[in-house]
Amino acid sequence: MIDRRSLLRRSALLGAGLALAPRMAFAAAATEKRFVFIIQRGAADGLATLAPTADPGYARLRGALAEHSGFKLDGTFALHASLANTAQLYSQGEALFAHAIASPYRDRSHFDGQNVLETGAAGAFQVRDGWMNRMLGIVPQEGRSAIAVSATVPLALRGVHEVASYAPTDLPDASDDLLARVTAMYAGDAQLHALWSEAMETRRLTAGMGEGGKESGAATGALAATLLKPANGARIATIETGGWDTHFGQAHRLAIQLTALDGLIDALRTGLGPSWNDTVVLVATEFGRTAAANGTGGTDHGTGAAAMLLGGAVKGGRIITDWPGLSPSALYQSRDLKPTMQLDAFIAGAVAGHYGTDPARTMATLFPGAGGARPVEGLIRS
Amino acid sequence: MTPQSIAVNRFGLGGRPDEEVGDDPRAWLLGQVARYQPRPASLAGTPSTLQVGQFIADFQHDRREARQAKRRLADPGEGTAKAGAEATDGGRPTAGKSPRRAEYGHEVRGSYNASVGARVNTALVTDTPFTERLVYFWSNHFALAVKNPRVRALAGPFEVDAIRAHVTGNFQDLLFAAERHPAMLLYLSQATSAGPDSPAAKRGGKEIGLNENLAREIMELHTLGVRSGYTQADVTEFARALTGWTTPELVNAAGHGAAGQFGFAAQRHQPGARTVLGKTYAEGGVEQGEAILRDLAAHPATARHIATKLTRHFAGASEPQAMVDRLADAFTRSQGDLPTVYRALIASPEAWAPQPIRFRTPWEWSIATLRATGTRGVDALDAVGTFKQLAQPVWYPRQPSGWDDDDAAWAAPDALVRRVEEAERLAARMSAPVDARRIADRLFPGAVSPSTQQALTRAESPSQALALLYTSPEMMRR
Repeated sequence: MIDRRSLLRRSALLGAGLALAPRMAFAAAATEKRFVFIIQRGAADGLATLAPTADPGYARLRGALAEHSGFKLDGTFALHASLANTAQLYSQGEALFAHAIASPYRDRSHFDGQNVLETGAAGAFQVRDGWMNRMLGIVPQEGRSAIAVSATVPLALRGVHEVASYAPTDLPDASDDLLARVTAMYAGDAQLHALWSEAMETRRLTAGMGEGGKESGAATGALAATLLKPANGARIATIETGGWDTHFGQAHRLAIQLTALDGLIDALRTGLGPSWNDTVVLVATEFGRTAAANGTGGTDHGTGAAAMLLGGAVKGGRIITDWPGLSPSALYQSRDLKPTMQLDAFIAGAVAGHYGTDPARTMATLFPGAGGARPVEGLIRS
Repeated sequence: MTPQSIAVNRFGLGGRPDEEVGDDPRAWLLGQVARYQPRPASLAGTPSTLQVGQFIADFQHDRREARQAKRRLADPGEGTAKAGAEATDGGRPTAGKSPRRAEYGHEVRGSYNASVGARVNTALVTDTPFTERLVYFWSNHFALAVKNPRVRALAGPFEVDAIRAHVTGNFQDLLFAAERHPAMLLYLSQATSAGPDSPAAKRGGKEIGLNENLAREIMELHTLGVRSGYTQADVTEFARALTGWTTPELVNAAGHGAAGQFGFAAQRHQPGARTVLGKTYAEGGVEQGEAILRDLAAHPATARHIATKLTRHFAGASEPQAMVDRLADAFTRSQGDLPTVYRALIASPEAWAPQPIRFRTPWEWSIATLRATGTRGVDALDAVGTFKQLAQPVWYPRQPSGWDDDDAAWAAPDALVRRVEEAERLAARMSAPVDARRIADRLFPGAVSPSTQQALTRAESPSQALALLYTSPEMMRR
């Protein structure tokens, strides 16, 4: 399929510049259908992303963390203020949101939760390949060329079907999230704590505003577009994003994260041009976060989350949810948004609708442990 | 740290998944001294000193030809002076890079990059990590800096042919091999040094004169050590004795042998007897300098100097006196037999202190992180770039004394940030998910701090957990 060696050679030459689009030696793809999975690693907070502002429990549980300045989508929900381009897509009918949705996983470990998110199994470490790789086996032949926009292939795309990976070699500075965790880790080590504090102080003084955020998100989206757009380019891709684990400082940090995501989506759309009309982008995370804010301006691991479908092929402009509410009795284990929709069924419905594959077969292939659950219908324009 | 962990991290290069120390860590280390291979398979593809010497000589020859051709076309009178002035390889750039020069530059970089890549890969796959650590120690002791293109091309072969060959041999042999290698002769400007009364100087010509660099660094850095009783006069006398020590085919002097070899140019040698440290050495050729070098190798100050450096490297900046004495004694008693010194080192309780003693250098830290996940090989270019990023470009210290064997050089704010950045980059490239918590328990049994444990558990992805393991306090020290 792909000439991996030349891919790696080009990646060494290209650095962070996107002036030269790598020419991929895929078998000529005759389909326009594209599918992108943007993985949000770290349990992205659905309640802040798509805030149930009309739910009385929201302001009560979130306190200072409650988002009030977002884009009102309907009588209940408002999209986070940082998702301006995404809100625009919603108004054009090209964005669809699912809320109070979750995979079968009910514990709260990132490792295990992401394993379930990516393998499509009913439990962690039950299945060794990813649902997207199995998907390659059932979508039309000409739509199978797949690529991971990262240095290595994520589990979701790993399996018997060959896929490629591509990422620029000039990576940005260490992410803010990692820096914060290193700070915490060094708290008990006198020498490292002192050195690190000085380093971070210097960084604060020299860093520009809005570091990372929109620019790096846009760069990633543009890169993905150059890989997906060409006639002989990829048709299926994964994009990994991190920094969603907002245990503290959520208001500020989530705004930056969502700005980056918004920039990524916009750059992807722009880069794809007319191909956006046949594109479906899935945005999902391993689980959501606690309904209530914690004591450090953030939230902890939860259960029910939000997911998105974006693209010209999506029958958007709506929010799909069986909203359970945030009253004390409605919360899952008295702490989390209760999931009332299955992420498996949602994803299978998007894939079957987009590629025209048999819904039952799609469900069974992608999500083998899902039992008799039926894929959600009507997500994609026919 | 358990004794096993000390053997693996302080004496070795950091734990690897398949590394088994067993019940007797000291025996494990001693066994490595016996098993050490100067030229393991992982270094098989690297260029030799003679091969590199050849392409340098070829380039110099071509450049000389090109200049002479140009001179013949230009004004004969003016051309002579110009050609003369450019005879030495000062690295002066010609106006506009010729294709031949570009090709040479490519060969130089290729040699350096390949050597660095092979050095890393050797560190990753070796089953004698203790002796590999000693290779780096001696290589840094006889430090080069790869600023000059010829030295850059020769640095890798120097480490293999001069250092590695003698790490488990005798110090005197190691010393001779290092000082006679073309890389050292070029780096410290010995190759063009000439006695003021030598035939070459008497013939006159451009910049013919005495260069004291090698003599000084041999006394100050490689043998006796600074402030050990030698004087400026001793340095100058030794420098005079060393005149003629050169690598003829690489200095445009009359050379007829294979390029990249040591050669004695009698016409550059300063005639007369020499007096160094109170002893007189009869007039002679190459054997005059050799006799002085032998005496320097055997000097008590040298034993003490080497003992101090080894103690510092393994037992820390406090340089415990008892250990220095023990190692110096082993050195002297055995007349420089290095395995005897290493046995005394392994037997020193000061080197087995249970708390981490030294901050890992960028090289040590990178190798340790790669070994932790069982990485067996890296891309050479990537490795070169990484060490540049971490401010320890391979074989490119800022002075002839090499990289400071001092924590303060590396335990610095910016250096730490660079490691975190590199850690994130490295962790993101793991092709299969790894459980950093399990790796931590294996690398540091019973010694993972609560804050590290917490950081690993709370990480938002396996990749992030690995990055945190790489930057953990446990990983930063040995």
